[in-house]
Amino acid sequence: MSNHVELAHGGGGRKMRQLLEHTILPAFDNKHTEARHDAVVLPVGTQRIAFTTDGYVISPMFFPGGDIGKLAVFGTVNDLAAAGAIPKWLSASFIIEEGLPLDVLEKVVHSMREAAATARIDIVTGDTKVVDRGKGDGMYVTTSGLGIVPDGVDVRPARVRDGDSVIVTGDIGRHGVAVLSVRKGLTFESPIESDCAPLADMMQCLIREGIDVHCARDATRGGVAAVLLEIAAAGRVHVEIQETEIPIDPAVAAACELLGIDALHVANEGRMVVFVAESDAKRTLHALRSLEVSRGSAIIGRVTTGGRAGTASIRTRFGPARALDLPAGEPLPRIC
Amino acid sequence: MKYLDEYRNADDVRRYIDAIGQLITRPVNIMEVCGGQTHALVRFGIDELLPDKVTLLHGPGCPVCVTPTETIDRALAIAARAETIFCSYGDMLRVPGSHRDLFSVKASGGDVRIVYSALDALDLAEQNPAREVVFFAVGFETTAPAHAMAVVEARRRRLPNFSLLVAHVLVPPALEVILSDPDRRVDGFLAAGHVCAIMGLDEYSLLVDKYQVPMVVTGFEPLDLVQGILRCVRQLEHGSPSLDNQYARAVRPSGNLAARAVLKEVFQTVDRRWRGLGMIPKSGFALAQPFAEFDAERKFPMKLAEVDDPIECISGQVLTGHRRPNQCPSFGTICTPDKPLGATMVSSEGACAAYYRYKRNEVS
Amino acid sequence: MCLGIPGEIVGEPTGNLRIARVSFSGVVKEISLVYLPEAKVGDYVIIHAGFAISVIDPEEAKTTLMWIDEAERALAAG
Repeated sequence: MSNHVELAHGGGGRKMRQLLEHTILPAFDNKHTEARHDAVVLPVGTQRIAFTTDGYVISPMFFPGGDIGKLAVFGTVNDLAAAGAIPKWLSASFIIEEGLPLDVLEKVVHSMREAAATARIDIVTGDTKVVDRGKGDGMYVTTSGLGIVPDGVDVRPARVRDGDSVIVTGDIGRHGVAVLSVRKGLTFESPIESDCAPLADMMQCLIREGIDVHCARDATRGGVAAVLLEIAAAGRVHVEIQETEIPIDPAVAAACELLGIDALHVANEGRMVVFVAESDAKRTLHALRSLEVSRGSAIIGRVTTGGRAGTASIRTRFGPARALDLPAGEPLPRIC
Repeated sequence: MKYLDEYRNADDVRRYIDAIGQLITRPVNIMEVCGGQTHALVRFGIDELLPDKVTLLHGPGCPVCVTPTETIDRALAIAARAETIFCSYGDMLRVPGSHRDLFSVKASGGDVRIVYSALDALDLAEQNPAREVVFFAVGFETTAPAHAMAVVEARRRRLPNFSLLVAHVLVPPALEVILSDPDRRVDGFLAAGHVCAIMGLDEYSLLVDKYQVPMVVTGFEPLDLVQGILRCVRQLEHGSPSLDNQYARAVRPSGNLAARAVLKEVFQTVDRRWRGLGMIPKSGFALAQPFAEFDAERKFPMKLAEVDDPIECISGQVLTGHRRPNQCPSFGTICTPDKPLGATMVSSEGACAAYYRYKRNEVS
Repeated sequence: MCLGIPGEIVGEPTGNLRIARVSFSGVVKEISLVYLPEAKVGDYVIIHAGFAISVIDPEEAKTTLMWIDEAERALAAG
């Protein structure tokens, strides 16, 4: 439709997929990008390292439960964690808009230092640029991360098997709703805070318990629905989830009703979707629930041959199943 | 949520579904008028639970869907102007005009803003006296009072830089088009609950008396919808047609008198073109003469050609219940939500978009 | 049309637009009650596009939850 890049292209939905598949990825196609996983696992000598990068452009920069700095650290840590890696080092690149108050910058880097300490990683290199007023929305942060994948750990979509259980590590939709609540023009008071949190320790806990995690992905932009559809496509499986099993806080559910958005499409920043063999599901749930960050974990569905490969569905509380879809772009408040 | 969750109880809903199955003796076509009802039926899978003898037809109650293409083109032209701040509900942003949509105008530099309420647009006008704030006033009678109040308030605050691009449409004239069709497929209607909460029941009683077709004013939650369907089926099986109010917790017979009074003051009824249905007389609102200074069509006059949907698009037949989305040869192939051919695919409330989103994969 | 959802009035309306705080399970938004002059704190209302359009009648709400035949019997008896 348009010859210009649109906001929807960054929304984590269908348009972003199209931009990636038609314009960006074809330029870089190699055996590593084929896996289409957030973090790539690369061999270095006898070890395997995980490598990932992410840009953070969130507006407003400060929101209930976090800020752009905290997000930039935990978000990249979580991409590494989703590959089964122990995160070690991050780089931090800042693009700062002329006129940004210094104390705002200080707050953000301070927050990043705290987050790095919590996640037990070091920010070891970085870059800073300043752009003209009006060109930077305050600040953009990009972090790249390196982690070490322990021997024997192999977490990727191709390992998902028919019959696998799908677990989400806590209640959904917090982050997106928390940010919307402070976005200009949409203000509503809510008790909801972002779930922004590091998930590497959680993943390593599962690995140490001897659980064979087949696949994991943190459910960020596009929500849980996007993760399920991406993994269904990459793993060439069908995933079915149960509406009644999805954990959601009543206030988050109410905010979604109010705005007319689907909680399954709303961003999270501290939730992993994990695929394990059905025989491991109970054990996995138990291990997850023993940790603060994943106290609200729940089995929400399974991988099944009951549907077309590459698609996902949700069984409503009334019985029938319907297709899960990616939103076109960012979920927007509706009247209809 | 109180007054919401209780109406989503699975056991209650299944009990009504069973009752419908036991009651019904012959095939019936029931049309739910409102896009919100269509969305709920498909999202919760209720249409699949109903006995085969009940066929749900999806009505023209999606204001986003029925906004004519030339109106979108007008909106796009206004939004592209340097001096305007163009405000709209989220639903309208991705609806394509002849060549582009509001999102792509935004991408090329137009100041397009999503608002939750027309009052937000009013605040923008106050905060930006050097800019012209235009609000895209789309909707049925449910939303018209909000827009009317924005104009009344703009007058009170003496804001010269606020205007509405009015694209309001009215439900009863569209129903009459369907009712008066000699080849009418619809046996009974679920009337739009929130429209009736504003306008009351009179217009609908008149239609029931004139055409002798059952109508049940119905809410939007699963329990409301299956109750509405049961009550409609009951009328069809037993009694003489009447207007029934299932949504009595929100709908009073006279509607909302305060809202109706303001609507009368601010708007006048005019003929309107509906995307997919063509011209329907006296089927829309325009600003009444005393409020002409708030009319964006007057502030930004332009001549635009009427645009019809491509010939392959059968949305007119879908909107009047003659065909269902999956009976259209273009459905899911050349016509998808990302590249819609016409009215019923352009909005997530449209029947074709709802079908595409929730039903296109075979799910066992 | 018509994404209208129920919320509880938790604050007194102020100003000529009668703006009041309305709560949806703890999520609070400022809403105009201008079309519901009788609405008061504690009432539940249907909200659409920033305006309250109808007060929910608790008795009718309860009746709707009753099984339809019981509701009709109650109506006939009442």
